[in-house]
Amino acid sequence: MSKRALLNLVVFLLPGLIFTFIFFIIPAVMTGIMGFTGMDYRFQWNFIGLGNYIRMAKDFLIGKILLNTTVYVIGTLAVFNVTFGLILAILTSSIEERAGIFFRGVWLLPRFTPPVVYAVIWLWILSPTENGLLNTLRLFLGLETIDWITRHPWGVIIVTNGFIGASMGMVIFAAAIKSIPRDYRWAARVDGASWLQEIGHIILPMIRWPLLFITAYQTLSLLTSYEYILLITQGGPFYGTTVWSLYAYDVAFSSYAGTFAFGYGAALATVLVVIGIIASMIYWRIFKFKEMMEEPKIEIT
Amino acid sequence: MKSLRKRNKVPRKSNPSSTVEKREVDFLKIGIYIFLILASMPIFLGFLWLFIGSVSKSLTYGIIPEGFSFKNWRFLWEKPYPSWPDIWLVSLNTLFLAFGVMIIVVAVSTMAGYVISRMKFPGRSFLLASTLILHAFPAITLLIGLYYVLRVLNLLDSVMGVILARAGLFIPFAIWIMKGFFDGISWDMEMSALIDGASRFQVFRKIMLPMVGPGIAGISIFAFITGWSEFIFVITFIRKPSAWTLTSYVNSVIANWRFVDFGLLAATSLFYVGPVLLFFIFTQKYLMQITVGGMKGGR
Repeated sequence: MSKRALLNLVVFLLPGLIFTFIFFIIPAVMTGIMGFTGMDYRFQWNFIGLGNYIRMAKDFLIGKILLNTTVYVIGTLAVFNVTFGLILAILTSSIEERAGIFFRGVWLLPRFTPPVVYAVIWLWILSPTENGLLNTLRLFLGLETIDWITRHPWGVIIVTNGFIGASMGMVIFAAAIKSIPRDYRWAARVDGASWLQEIGHIILPMIRWPLLFITAYQTLSLLTSYEYILLITQGGPFYGTTVWSLYAYDVAFSSYAGTFAFGYGAALATVLVVIGIIASMIYWRIFKFKEMMEEPKIEIT
Repeated sequence: MKSLRKRNKVPRKSNPSSTVEKREVDFLKIGIYIFLILASMPIFLGFLWLFIGSVSKSLTYGIIPEGFSFKNWRFLWEKPYPSWPDIWLVSLNTLFLAFGVMIIVVAVSTMAGYVISRMKFPGRSFLLASTLILHAFPAITLLIGLYYVLRVLNLLDSVMGVILARAGLFIPFAIWIMKGFFDGISWDMEMSALIDGASRFQVFRKIMLPMVGPGIAGISIFAFITGWSEFIFVITFIRKPSAWTLTSYVNSVIANWRFVDFGLLAATSLFYVGPVLLFFIFTQKYLMQITVGGMKGGR
C-alpha cells in the first residue's frame, strides 16, 4: 500500500475508530471489569473477586426478576412483536396499497416518538382517575373506575411495549410478503382459494425465515429494553414488573434505591451480555445451518 | 396445498361466481379496515388528545374539550416550578443534542463507510465483523462503563457528553448503512476520475457524496430524531437543570403531576413531539429505508 493510500485510510477511518474506541469498546470492557469490584459512588476500583456474582446468587429478588424477564420477553414477543406484527403485515398488504402504507406509518409513529411522550400518552389512557381514556369508557358503560397499572401491571407492560415492538415485525413481514412472486397469489386466487387459504398455504410458508429472524432479533431487543417499564410502572408494584435490565439500572443509578452500586450493577449487566451472546450464537447456528443469511428485502414504499 | 388442489378440479364458470366473489372480497376489506382502525385507536386518540388536551380548559369523558384556553401553555413564559430551567434554554439544549448527534454521525460514518466500501486494506473484514458485533451490544450494558468514562472526561451533566456517547453508539450502525449505499454505486465514474488524476478525497467529495444523498438524508433524519428523543442517557448523565433537555423536562412534569395535571402533560409533550411529528410526516420515505436495516436502540 502506498504512503498516500495509507494517509487516506487513516484520515477517513480514524474518527470512526476513535469514537468507537472511547465510547463503545472502553465502556464495554470497563463494565466487564467493574463487575469484579465493589465500586460505589466513590468510584474506587476495590476488587472483590466474584463477590458480586455470589451476591447475585444470594439475592432474594433474583428469582422474581428472572421470572419477570421471562414473562416480559415471551409475552410481548408472542402477543405483539411476532403475532400482531404478522397480523398487521398481512392486513395492510391485503388492502389498497396507499391505505396499507398509511396504517404502517401510523404503527411506526410510536417508535419515533420520544419515550417520555409515549409514556405520557399511556399514562392518560391508563389513568386511575376518571380522566383516563379506559376509565372513561368504563364509566360510560356504568362500571367503576379502576387503577389499571396496579391492577394489571403485566397487561400494561406487554401492551405498551408491544405497540412499539409490533412495528418492526410488521415492516419486515410486509416487505417479505411484497417480495412473494405475484404469480403464486394470483394463481391461487384464480383457483378459487379464499383469503385465509392464501395466507395459510402461500404467505406463511413463504415468510417463515423472516418470522424466525424477527423472533430471534426481538428476543435480544426485549431482553435489554426497559425504558418504557421504567416510565410507566417504574418496575412496581414492589419489583412486580422489574426485569433484569431494569434491575441492573436500578441497582446502579436509581435515586430512590440510592445505592449507586456500580460494581453490582455492572455484574448484572455482564450477565445480560453473556445471555445475549449465547442466544445470538444459538440463533446464528440455526440460521447458518439453514443457510438463510440473506436478509429480508428492504424497501416497502 | 391439498385443499387448493381439490379446488383445482372444479371447473370455474366465468361470470356469476366472480361477481359473488367480488362482493365477498369487499366485505373482507371493510372488515380489515374496521379492524385496523380499531387496533390503531390508542395511537390515533393518544396523539389527538395531545392536541385537544393542551388547549382546553377541561376535558369531559377524557377527551371531549370544554372551553378553549392557553393556560396549559403557560410553561412557555413562566416556570411551572421555581427551580426548573427556562423552557427555551431546555429546547436549545435539545436542539443542540439532536444536531450534535446528527453532524458527528453523518461526518464520521460517511467517511468510514466510503473507505470500507471502496478500499482494500488489511483488517477490513475484521473491522466489518466487529462493527456488527458492536451493534449487538445494547446501550444498557454499556451504561455503567459510559458513566465512568464521561466522569473521567468531565462530561457528566453536560449535553456534550450525551452527544458524544450517543454518537459513539450510533456510529457502527451508521457505518454499515453508509457502506451499503456506497456499495450500490458503480465503480466506473470513480475509476475514470481517479485515472484522470483526481485524489481520493476529491473523488469522495465531488463524485461519491452527491450520489449517496438518500443515504445521508436517511442517516441525518434518523440521527436527528434519535438525539432529539434520547431518554436513558439524558436522565442518567444529566441532573443539573441548566443542561436539561426536553426529556428531562417532561420527565419532571410526569414525576410531579403524574395523574394530576393532564393539561400540562399534554402541552409539554406536544411541544416536545411536534418537530418529530412534522419530520415524520415529511420524511417517512427516507426513514423507512433506514428503519428496516437496523433498529433504533436495538429495538
